[in-house]
Amino acid sequence: MSDTPDPVVERNPAETVAQFDRHHRSALDRVQHFLHQYPTMVPVIVLVLSLIAFGLISPNFFSAFNLSLILQQVAVVGTLAAAQSLVILTAGIDLSVGAVMVLISVVMGQLAVNMGVPVPIAILLGLACGAATGALNGFLVTRLKLPPFITTLGTWNIFLALNYYLSGRETIRSQTLDAEAPLLKFFGTRFEIGGAVLTYGVVLMLVVFAVLYYALYYTAWGRRVYAVGDDPESAALAGIQTKRVLLSVYLVAGVICGLAAWSSIGRVGSISPTSFFEANLESITAVVIGGISLFGGRGSIIGPLIGALIVGVFNSGLRLAGVDVLWQLFATGWLIIFAVAIDQWIRKVSS
Amino acid sequence: MQGGRGTAIRREISKVTIKTVLRASAALSALVLTTGIAQAQDTTRACLITKTDINPFFVKMKEGATAKANELGIELMTFAGRVDGDHETQQQAVESCIAAGVSGILITASDTKAIVDPLSQARDAGILVIALDTPLDPIDAADATFATDNREAGRLIGAWAAGKMGDAAADARIALLNLSASAPSVDVLRNQGFLEGFGIDVGNPDVMGDETDPRIVGGDVTSGNEEGGRQAMESLLQRDPGINLVYTINEPAAAGAYEALRSFGREGDVTIVSVDGGCPGVQNVAEGVIGATSQQYPLLMASMGIEAIAAFAADGTLPETSEGLEFTNTGVNLVTGDAVDGVESISVEEGLERCWG
Repeated sequence: MSDTPDPVVERNPAETVAQFDRHHRSALDRVQHFLHQYPTMVPVIVLVLSLIAFGLISPNFFSAFNLSLILQQVAVVGTLAAAQSLVILTAGIDLSVGAVMVLISVVMGQLAVNMGVPVPIAILLGLACGAATGALNGFLVTRLKLPPFITTLGTWNIFLALNYYLSGRETIRSQTLDAEAPLLKFFGTRFEIGGAVLTYGVVLMLVVFAVLYYALYYTAWGRRVYAVGDDPESAALAGIQTKRVLLSVYLVAGVICGLAAWSSIGRVGSISPTSFFEANLESITAVVIGGISLFGGRGSIIGPLIGALIVGVFNSGLRLAGVDVLWQLFATGWLIIFAVAIDQWIRKVSS
Repeated sequence: MQGGRGTAIRREISKVTIKTVLRASAALSALVLTTGIAQAQDTTRACLITKTDINPFFVKMKEGATAKANELGIELMTFAGRVDGDHETQQQAVESCIAAGVSGILITASDTKAIVDPLSQARDAGILVIALDTPLDPIDAADATFATDNREAGRLIGAWAAGKMGDAAADARIALLNLSASAPSVDVLRNQGFLEGFGIDVGNPDVMGDETDPRIVGGDVTSGNEEGGRQAMESLLQRDPGINLVYTINEPAAAGAYEALRSFGREGDVTIVSVDGGCPGVQNVAEGVIGATSQQYPLLMASMGIEAIAAFAADGTLPETSEGLEFTNTGVNLVTGDAVDGVESISVEEGLERCWG
């Protein structure tokens, strides 16, 4: 990687030109420039502002317990959003993440409860199944050169069908899991810090983001992922094996979906083939609000975590205030549009 | 050259044409043959169109219809939408049924208003149309409706909850866990029925949420699944930790609500009531997770529907509605292990025998 030109050095001339007429710049321009340098600040600012606003509007909102409850509520979709962000960073999109998650929770449950496989092995097989779904998506995208949108639209249907087939459309009840496979509900285990009640599922989500943060910013693999997402042709010219990088991204995303599946069992209690029908779109929502560009190669991996939290804060705040649920949809819609508009606006700095 | 190529092309075309004609005539004769056989057998055909193929309720409905059709020698075609609300697939199914010349169509409509037009074409073609489970809008767009009395289903669990709580009912703290933001008729009927049964002034009985009774903490939606039930219950408990009675639209939502209560350590002192009568739900009644549930009978709805079509095909008999109702009531029973005076109920054992899914 050492012979790759340093992007900061490259940008220097442009910045010097900008400095030349600095005294003409309005405050808005400076904000725009600041946000361009620190793209994660947009979701952070939105999160802080919405926390303050709902703290004022909704009674009981600002307790340690309620804030930790929001974390519990976004843990599953947040983990899924981590998988989604990886794919979106490569300018792809994974419409199958939700279906993969539900499918794997069913696989784990069927193996452990109905087929008598020891629970730890059932979990490992479930995670392997996640890797396999990722490998399938990755294979179709890299080898058959199908667009990710189409590929995962197809596999979404396939995985849903497998999910209904394997589950026999039946729910495995919470009480059955307690009796026969309590380890499947591990991530639902609660612990208390101060007044905050967290679950291991929340810890899992934070760990997944921390590991991805490290992998994307401190390893060669991470730089390749960004490079492939930003411009696959120049990445290939620079000697990056783009197909291999893409395949690895889908594989890792599949494994993270597997972890999210395990976490979802703890959260929901039972294993239901009809749960999380909108998880695909919810994960994309978190990623977009978190400021990762759908055009690939831009945005911080921490953004989607904050994006998921913003949606959680809005839902919790509006619910606590007793507002009709339709306004939650309404607010989420405007948040998405706002996020993309901001993304477009701060991009203008570079053009 | 030019002429040569032209001849070649012409020869190619004539080959294609001959092949096509041969194939077409083969297909045609096959068609004539099958039609001939079908006419010779003179079987009655019927259609079942459900909202989805994945919900155990509709799976059971299909089972009931198939069994009855086999018994009566009726040829049954089944169709389903991809998801709840998938109107287009249902409309195509209706058109296929008309084309197939069926005697009757059984349908649980995803869009109760939009399906009226395609169904009126079916009725114009002399087909008997029966709405199962979900009444059409207007209800007389179908020749008959075989359904659970959802208001009665709600009223039963409301009356049971009032009886169970006794004097404490005056200070109840009630959470209402409904289905979706669009407030479909099933939401309104069960919710209002529950409140009426519990003895709350519902204001306009056709409108949810216009009640002013201070015992109601609030309502939220669940999408009718476990995750939604949990989320909604958590939010309502944040609004009022003192909630002690929870109405749920169905048993998966109830299971989710129970998980939330368990995480708050409140599972012992909150009563949950529900509607459906699915096997996991009745099992939850047996284990005390759900206090009482109103059981519906999808299998019966479907088998009655097939019988009605058979009767109609034989001599044009039309089904009759239940007394005092605009539809044919397929029955509902309160299932509880803790019977209350003045509210008729069946035991958990009987509920388990008659459960579905």
